[in-house]
Amino acid sequence: MSRPDRAPRSVVVPFLLSALAAAGFAVSYVLDLGNAALGGCLGGAFVLLALGLARWATLIDAQEPDYVEERAVGPTPTPQYDAFRQALTEQPVPRSRVLWGALGTAVAAIGGATLFPLRSMLPSMGTDPDDVLSVTPWRSGTRLVTEEGVPVRADDLEVGGMVTAFPEGLDPRHHVDTTTVLIRVPSGELRLPADRTDWVVDDVVAYSKLCTHAGCPVGLYTDTTRQLMCPCHHSIFDVTDGAQPVAGPAPHPLPQLPLGTDDEGYLVARGDFSAPVGPGWGNH
Amino acid sequence: MVTLLPRPKPMRKLDERLGFAATGRSLLAKVFPDHWSFMMGEVALYSFVFLVLSGIYLSLFFEPSTGTVIYEGHYRPMQGQEVSAAYASAVRLSWDVRGGLLVRQAHHWAAHLFIASIVVHLCRIFLTGAFRRPRELNWTIGVTMLLLAIFNAFAGYSLPDDLLSGTGLRIFNAIALSIPLVGSWLAFLVFDGEFPGLEIIQRLYILHVLIVPAILAVLISAHLALLIRQKHTHFPGPGRRHSNVVGSRLWPAYALRSLSLLAAVFAAVLLAGGLLQINPVWVWGDFDPATITAPSVADWYILWIEGALRLFPPLEFHVFGLEVANQFWAGAVLPLLIFGGLYLWPWLDRRWSGDRETHHLTGRPRESPLRVAFASATLMFMAVLLVAGSEELLVQWTGWPVSAIRDVLRVLVFVLPVLAGLVGWWLAESLRRSDVGHTVELGRKELLAGLPRRRHAAEEGAE
Repeated sequence: MSRPDRAPRSVVVPFLLSALAAAGFAVSYVLDLGNAALGGCLGGAFVLLALGLARWATLIDAQEPDYVEERAVGPTPTPQYDAFRQALTEQPVPRSRVLWGALGTAVAAIGGATLFPLRSMLPSMGTDPDDVLSVTPWRSGTRLVTEEGVPVRADDLEVGGMVTAFPEGLDPRHHVDTTTVLIRVPSGELRLPADRTDWVVDDVVAYSKLCTHAGCPVGLYTDTTRQLMCPCHHSIFDVTDGAQPVAGPAPHPLPQLPLGTDDEGYLVARGDFSAPVGPGWGNH
Repeated sequence: MVTLLPRPKPMRKLDERLGFAATGRSLLAKVFPDHWSFMMGEVALYSFVFLVLSGIYLSLFFEPSTGTVIYEGHYRPMQGQEVSAAYASAVRLSWDVRGGLLVRQAHHWAAHLFIASIVVHLCRIFLTGAFRRPRELNWTIGVTMLLLAIFNAFAGYSLPDDLLSGTGLRIFNAIALSIPLVGSWLAFLVFDGEFPGLEIIQRLYILHVLIVPAILAVLISAHLALLIRQKHTHFPGPGRRHSNVVGSRLWPAYALRSLSLLAAVFAAVLLAGGLLQINPVWVWGDFDPATITAPSVADWYILWIEGALRLFPPLEFHVFGLEVANQFWAGAVLPLLIFGGLYLWPWLDRRWSGDRETHHLTGRPRESPLRVAFASATLMFMAVLLVAGSEELLVQWTGWPVSAIRDVLRVLVFVLPVLAGLVGWWLAESLRRSDVGHTVELGRKELLAGLPRRRHAAEEGAE
């Protein structure tokens, strides 16, 4: 700058105001003035700091010429490169394939061997994920309960009503694959496959709540169309027709849970779902 | 009074030990190009700095555990509720830690800015051909950083164990499951068994706060080291040659400008964090695998995968007797194709253009209509997927059924990118063949000259 000793006011003022805003942040914190005050003050301090620095840079730019720097990259001249190669391969390092191969084998073996403990990240040894994915803890005679653990009777559902149910005695958060949706459809509307006609109790039908596409809960039931929709990717299933997919990316129907009643009239499962629940997997 | 020798200044003392002054002087004189478009990478760098600083603060209060606790803080609707420690601490950070909400929200906004600035930076490098020899290596480092940035944003988003993040993890789990042969083992390995798994929050946490940021820090250092070694590209102009760099010196002009940018980045994310609400986890509620919020729309950097998952038809293939699950194509193959294409681009570009030269002078985008066409088509493809990912908003606005909107989008996802590519090609070609400076200045004459038929005629005439 032409007069380097003199501080330009257009730079000094924003800097001082920035300090003031920073003090405002400290005050806002002490007085607990809330998020907007904190963010406004600290953000404002940085705005002013940016303005001051930008102004300062502009003042310098106005006085500076374009600088030119030569670019000296490129391949190393051949003699020097050859010297480098030679230094790398010089004796006493033998060019023996056996030697280098043995070293490579050792390093690869150590690397490979240390991958084994990664298996400990699996929950338990000796369980094949495919077996775990194929079944759920639903057993014949298991009562269906709400998330609060209350057993459900078919009469508890009004026509058009929907309840999310789990097996009695299991923590639903740790057994997501059991999540079931109970729906009562108007009498006579169910068109289930012949072998499943006795899987319902008083027009209450039970399906897995996990979408067969990406496993999101199929949480939206539209009673007028008797359709279940998944809010993730908008797959739609026809509840009256064995939960066949009618729109969206889901490739399979929602698996159905065979229902019955126990001595006290509560809904129970009569076995596991009709198919593995949730999304398809690699070696399904 | 005894005369004391003048005390050496600290800098001098350090130089006496290290002898850095000569190197330091040449470093201070390092020349940087002045064009504004070269600042995008710096925005990303400073966003990363902010993410690290704010992240350290958050880690002092966040508890990465799925174990349950009773929330007893200021947020009344949740008082006395039994929720996971992760969720409770995220809500405490927002309601009970003074200044916590500001840092949490600014951290989230900075993640958006980080990824967005990397994408814009990538577009600049792509369109000006700055990825060409000798900078192919730095291009691949950059693409890797974009990938890691997206992954880490997703991991961070998943940590609070709220209903929205749990749904994202559920979909991530389904995509992992879908990988042929290894899918179920991989998903079980990552999630500690069947979804939701008890360990996933802890595992994502260590990735999010240590492993991925450490890799990013190493890659940023490598990115900058290569940049210093090879020096910047610059646009052609008076006195600008292949063999030089023209611009400002690091000190003082460039450093002040860059520090100003740092302050501006911090200002933007802090103002946004203070004034604009983002991801209010206490509204979503804690994660319950049996329930879901509707609408559930992901953050934009991951939303294109969601859009693709929605648009993909309900097909399932069997290859050698193995089922290839539906979500594999949109969830795993598409991202692989997109990032595979990005990684390979310098070599694809070289093959198609036949250009194997070393380039330090970059061109304007118009100089390669092929690249403009590719960029336009890809960005349009992503844009349609983003719309598909948020189609519930279209349903709200138009009142059309979701299936009708989906049918339209399934056509548009192919048609619009082709159109965008052709228009991009045409505009670039028109600009290339005319003298106008900007796209808005293109007139009828220039546009006609850019049409393929005219070009062939003109080329034949020239021969």
